[in-house]
Amino acid sequence: MIKAILIFNNHGKPRLSKFYEHYNEDTEQQIIRETFHLVSKRDENVCNFLEGGLLIGGSDYKLIYRHYATLYFVFCVDSSESELGILDLIQVFVETLDKCFENVCELDLIFHVDKVHHILAEMVMGGMVLETNMNEIIMQVDAQNKMEKSEAGIAGAPARAVSAVKNMNLPEMPKNINIGDISIKVPNLPSFK
Amino acid sequence: MPAVSKGDGMRGLAVFISDIRNCKSKEAEVKRINKELANIRSKFKGDKALDGYSKKKYVCKLLFIFLLGHDIDFGHMEAVNLLSSNKYTEKQIGYLFISVLVNSNSDLIRLINNAIKNDLASRNSTFMNLALHCIANVGSREMAEAFASEIPRILVAGDTMDSVKQSAALCLLRLNRTSPDLIPMGEWTARVVHLLNDQHLGVVTAATSLIATLAQKSPDEFKTSVSLAVARLSRIVTSASIDLQDYTYYFVAAPWLSVKLLRLLQCYPPPEDAALRSRLTECLETILNKAQEPPKSKKVQHSNAKNAVLFEAIALIIHHDSEPNLLVRACNQLGQFLQHRETNLRYLALESMCTLASSEFSHEAVKTHIETVISALKTERDVSVRQRAVDLLYAMCDRSNSKQIVAEMLSYLETADYSIREEIVLKVAILAEKYAVDYTWYVDTILNLIRIAGDYVSEEVWYRVIQIVINRDDVQGYAAKTVFEALQAPACHENLVKVGGYILGEFGNLIAGDPRSSPLVQFDLLHSKFHLCSVPTRALLLSAYIKFINLFPEVKGTIQDVLRSDSQLRNADVELQQRAVEYLRLSCIASTDILATVLEEMPPFPERESSILAKLKKKKGSSKLPDLDDSRRTVNGSSEHAEDTEAVNINVNQGPIHTSTDILNLNSTPSSGASLLVDVFSDMANPAPTEGSEDHFPRFVCKNNGVIYENQLLQIGLKSEYRQNLGRMYVFYGNKTSTQFLSFSTSVTSDIVLSSHLSVQAKPVDPLIEAGAQVQQILNIECVSDFSDAPVLNIQFRYGGTLQNIAVKLPVMLNKFFQPTEMASQDFFQRWKQLGAPQQEVQKIFKAQNQMDTDVAKAKLLGFGVALLDGVDPNPANFVGAGIIHTKTTQVGCLLRLEPNTQAQMYRLTLRTSKESVSQRLCELLSEQF
Repeated sequence: MIKAILIFNNHGKPRLSKFYEHYNEDTEQQIIRETFHLVSKRDENVCNFLEGGLLIGGSDYKLIYRHYATLYFVFCVDSSESELGILDLIQVFVETLDKCFENVCELDLIFHVDKVHHILAEMVMGGMVLETNMNEIIMQVDAQNKMEKSEAGIAGAPARAVSAVKNMNLPEMPKNINIGDISIKVPNLPSFK
Repeated sequence: MPAVSKGDGMRGLAVFISDIRNCKSKEAEVKRINKELANIRSKFKGDKALDGYSKKKYVCKLLFIFLLGHDIDFGHMEAVNLLSSNKYTEKQIGYLFISVLVNSNSDLIRLINNAIKNDLASRNSTFMNLALHCIANVGSREMAEAFASEIPRILVAGDTMDSVKQSAALCLLRLNRTSPDLIPMGEWTARVVHLLNDQHLGVVTAATSLIATLAQKSPDEFKTSVSLAVARLSRIVTSASIDLQDYTYYFVAAPWLSVKLLRLLQCYPPPEDAALRSRLTECLETILNKAQEPPKSKKVQHSNAKNAVLFEAIALIIHHDSEPNLLVRACNQLGQFLQHRETNLRYLALESMCTLASSEFSHEAVKTHIETVISALKTERDVSVRQRAVDLLYAMCDRSNSKQIVAEMLSYLETADYSIREEIVLKVAILAEKYAVDYTWYVDTILNLIRIAGDYVSEEVWYRVIQIVINRDDVQGYAAKTVFEALQAPACHENLVKVGGYILGEFGNLIAGDPRSSPLVQFDLLHSKFHLCSVPTRALLLSAYIKFINLFPEVKGTIQDVLRSDSQLRNADVELQQRAVEYLRLSCIASTDILATVLEEMPPFPERESSILAKLKKKKGSSKLPDLDDSRRTVNGSSEHAEDTEAVNINVNQGPIHTSTDILNLNSTPSSGASLLVDVFSDMANPAPTEGSEDHFPRFVCKNNGVIYENQLLQIGLKSEYRQNLGRMYVFYGNKTSTQFLSFSTSVTSDIVLSSHLSVQAKPVDPLIEAGAQVQQILNIECVSDFSDAPVLNIQFRYGGTLQNIAVKLPVMLNKFFQPTEMASQDFFQRWKQLGAPQQEVQKIFKAQNQMDTDVAKAKLLGFGVALLDGVDPNPANFVGAGIIHTKTTQVGCLLRLEPNTQAQMYRLTLRTSKESVSQRLCELLSEQF
């Protein structure tokens, strides 16, 4: 079983955290920090598995991780999962993200947390691997998008128009959204060799 | 066209995120977040109803804030409202919020369950999937209660969509993990097995995961899955990659499904049906063969997927442990991986080899790789891999290579990572003991261990070396010589001083013949370390000194001078001061005979499982073993002797006077005397243990050890020791069945009156008892004042599906706190007369229940706790005894007289104590024993 899935960047900023076992918020943050600490100090060409991390619990658990450009993808799993299988699952996850966001980068994960969660939900459910076939996953995600569009088209349009007007009237609304660092795209994930 | 374009997101959300990202400091970020939280809160509380879009936007903001590590304590209600929206996007966000943020908040769970119920009934597969995802992600017990019967129905219904079936299977699996007792087995199980034949490989994968877990619980129910799984696996393995188009991953056919199927097969023994078996063997051989083929792709994903299947196949081969041919092939394959350039493969190969080493077919084959593993230990750059190498060396160690392996581990220890040092120390200690042919090697190894990694040598390790040296006289001289030499190093670890002090104190005489290690030299050497040591070690050294006085009368003066010095006699530490005072006094007044008796060499320790092994297992958490406290006690089975401060502290918090009585009573401690006699008694007591705890209770009046309760499932044994007003009871729970006991818990209850007189504290007990295993629990008992009732031990556990409740009266009686008192006849009569008041005496005349035998009666009285006084009563057939009951508040002196009348088959028992209730209770207890 997968106990937790964490994504954070090279500085330890969490970009996605999904726990399949309940912890309180403080513990979750502590786990993220500890995991970052464990993973980030490792060299590039050591193995992708490590034990430890007292918080995540016991010797039956392992951290399996991959490092892509600016992001770490870490899965915490118990012994009922195949280590290499999970490594491949991470790969499928990243490839799927890449297809859905067209050259995924860290910013996509930040601005579309909900989407990332939905894509993940198509692959992992309650800590168990649901689907590993990328085409199937993308099909589901596309279907969702279509539904979203059609709903936005019929019912969402007036609401969005209203909110757009409201926003225009708000005095504190920043005139110029600082997109300085948005335009500098984080280097793309390496094409998956 | 990207599936998600950046324009159509929520603008407000994007602005908020940009703001946060532009914050220059943590404070600014917190300020911005608080502002947003206040905004959202006011929006949620406002009179205006929010439309679905705004709710969605705000919920997304909350999710983002939560990810940044801020506590979210509102918005749950809004999220729940989104669940009942009939717009997909709003529903989806609602479910997302719930599964990320909601715990078992009971008010909301009911509302959520309601929404889920509606969605499950909606027959809209997208909504059903969302609902199933939510159940699986939250997985709480309330949800299991609400949906455990519904989900199997959805899973096997003919008209359910594939994607829903997939979710339903995993949802059920998740609920089975959180609340296994709620999942009903039934006719659906047979139909689930047939999902292995499903067209859709995603459904098959999910079903395989489900069956693999359920089969561990009830293997018979899912037996038929074996043949289906083999058939499916065989089709995948032999397929051309083109057949499974979508489920082919980098040229490997359905790797995840193959892994799951191989896992499922690991729940069962090798199939009995010959055809099936050969088909499976064929599959496994094909997988092994494929490993040798040139890769179809250079990509790491290809080899990863291929090897994931391969490792799982090897795990199945090891699990079956029946085909020597396959086992050896597996071992060779792993051997190749040991030198592979992929670190992951080296890691996994070491890990798999560990299990392979325990099979008798492949143990030898694994051993051939010893050089590779040792070099991995030395050269591997990754600590995870080095750790696996240590594990494997430990697993492959046997008599033939133990010296090499121990030496390599020792040398690795000098540079090992701090995080794994303690574990290596334990492993070396265990291997050294297990494979020691000559114990001089063992002693050398452990001393080296202390030298190299003294800080990581736990108490257990040095206790154990002392235990072994004491039990084996062939190694004692060598040990003394070696520690003497080791102590000469200018800086040595405190643990070495402890071992050295203990061993020289016991066996220093064996090397005293050599002028280079004459008694005085030995003493000076030890004493030169004294000032650098901590208090417990100094206490141990003081005990070693007094032993020296006995061994070498010629250094008596020197040692007395040391004891007499102000730094000892007036030491700030009570324990040290006391030892110095007592030892000094003892050395001055006792004759050499008495000294020789008191300070005699330690008797051998009882042989038990190594405490170190227990510790390692505990550390690894792999199996449940007796509590560590027990092992400590074993090592210091020496609670009676003053050598060991640790033991004294652990066993009883005894007052200062006690240490000296301990020394003086070394060979006639009350407890050992009693247990000896108890054996006589237990032989002639009911030979067949009877059912029911009431019957056992009286038998414990005069003894401390035995079986207190037994039925078909459980046996409860007791061992207890008492000293003054304190007691410690070891309760052993033995599982007599071949199934685990789950949720095992115990509690000790006393009624209100009793609890003010007697306090019983139970240490926690393991919640799980493996089949046939025994666990131990420790109860600490303190007698505050005299009492007459007995506490009750309540035991609760789950056996099979049913909850068992057992209540046993604990045999803690007032007489347990007796201390026997010897006195002359004159004293006895004087006191007897002093206790002449009518309420102080209780007398009972009763008929003998058993044969009237003088020796048995004597044994019982001693077991009862009093000292028997000979020559006091003019009639030699009568028994007279005396003792003191210790309670925390008072001490009650107690005299008794038992007059047998063999002709009438009657006894007359008279008790006189200074307290009426005490006389009464003791009389009740004792009169039932004859």
